[in-house]
Amino acid sequence: MNIGVLALQGAVAEHIRSIELAGGKGVAVKRTEQLAEIDGLIIPGGESTTIGKLMRKYDFIEAIRGFAQAGKPVFGTCAGLIVLAKKLEGAEEPHLQLMDMTVARNAFGRQRESFETDLDVKGIETPLRAVFIRAPLIKEVGPEVDVLSTYKGEIVTARQGNLLASSYHPELTDDFRLHGYFLRMAEEAAMNSSAR
Amino acid sequence: METGTSRVKRGMAEMQKGGVIMDVMSAEQAKIAEAAGATAVMALERVPSDIRAAGGVARMADPTIVEEVMKVVSIPVMAKARIGHYVEAKVLESLGVDYIDESEVLTPADDVFHISKSEFTVPFVCGAKDLGEALRRIQEGASMIRTKGEPGTGNIVEAVRHMRLITGQIRHVQNLSKDELFHEAKVLGVPYELLLGVHETGRLPVVNFAAGGVATPADAALMMHLGSDGVFVGSGIFKSDNPEKFARAIVEATTHFEDYELIARVSKNLGTPMKGIDISKLDRSERMQDRGI
Repeated sequence: MNIGVLALQGAVAEHIRSIELAGGKGVAVKRTEQLAEIDGLIIPGGESTTIGKLMRKYDFIEAIRGFAQAGKPVFGTCAGLIVLAKKLEGAEEPHLQLMDMTVARNAFGRQRESFETDLDVKGIETPLRAVFIRAPLIKEVGPEVDVLSTYKGEIVTARQGNLLASSYHPELTDDFRLHGYFLRMAEEAAMNSSAR
Repeated sequence: METGTSRVKRGMAEMQKGGVIMDVMSAEQAKIAEAAGATAVMALERVPSDIRAAGGVARMADPTIVEEVMKVVSIPVMAKARIGHYVEAKVLESLGVDYIDESEVLTPADDVFHISKSEFTVPFVCGAKDLGEALRRIQEGASMIRTKGEPGTGNIVEAVRHMRLITGQIRHVQNLSKDELFHEAKVLGVPYELLLGVHETGRLPVVNFAAGGVATPADAALMMHLGSDGVFVGSGIFKSDNPEKFARAIVEATTHFEDYELIARVSKNLGTPMKGIDISKLDRSERMQDRGI
């Protein structure tokens, strides 16, 4: 499976490393044409305002919407989760508006409040080490969104069909199980599309 | 639940990769920087070129400026403390800044020792001219490294020199045998374990940005081409004719540093960049990069 990592800004190399540890092939995606060559797309952590601006500038908004609507899986971590959300609290304009959820940015506070913790995630057997960096939270989800994990009662991992989102950074640890989970989503999507 | 772990502090810098961190002197400038796509801002009272022109002792910014900037932007806010000034750093941490730059741009408070950065919850970035400085700062707890360059000159030559030296030294260390590494650690004045890490991975254990003298979009792209993870722009933006356009151009050139047509396009009609200083004309005592080695 070829998994693209949107490489406009942020932690691209870490995601490529994790996806390769999980058995996929990672590709840095800088141009919309590259979407045709990949089976799934990761939108990495970084600054969502910067990534959002560059996505608009280089026509990624419509291109990724089309990619997701064709059934290809998309995984957003931290800033990537913000970029996927239908609604954002505060001043920032929503970006892709693909996932039916409302997201609060910097929901834990400033960098000194950033932390790591063990987290139970539905579909993954034992807890993941989750690194939260100026992390967002999912405040509300629509009926089609499946909550995969919560931290202190707040939603931090969610899935809506072919869309996956985490508040934290699975790419900053050596545990690649969430990337493995996403790789299976890409394999299922590829099988479904060839069956059609 | 743990805060301030090295993974959390270094991870914060990883999220800045491919981005541009801009010096700002007011809330208004911070908003311009954020709107242009900066990944973080550095809140200052004066940009390096003004510090250079003003002379005298340069210190941590007035907390009012830092707080005003923090209030108006959602991106991370960094601020500078003097080298070795533990209390300025503690003050900035108490204000809630997201990253502290223990910076040679300010007048050093301690001519021997740097701040022991590992005891802070807030992460630090430090300047380095070579691999030895970089690893010493990392040993002290820096979670991000940047080239020193020669700040406030608008002249990229020193940043290029520092980046080339560091990458060249890393390649050299990769090729050493295990027994040679002990000697190299002694020569560089760095802990053996850190050097062993560089030998095995071929990179620093933290993100390495370019800083000091970036004055045009092409300068930013050049530093990315040389292997920088991202770029700090100090005096360049708000000393240019059209800061907004200039800031956007630097962001685009950093993202697409290998797309020369794009860099040509964004470089058009930017107006006059900052004037710039020939480093060889600087008196030895005016060189900021020699502070804190």
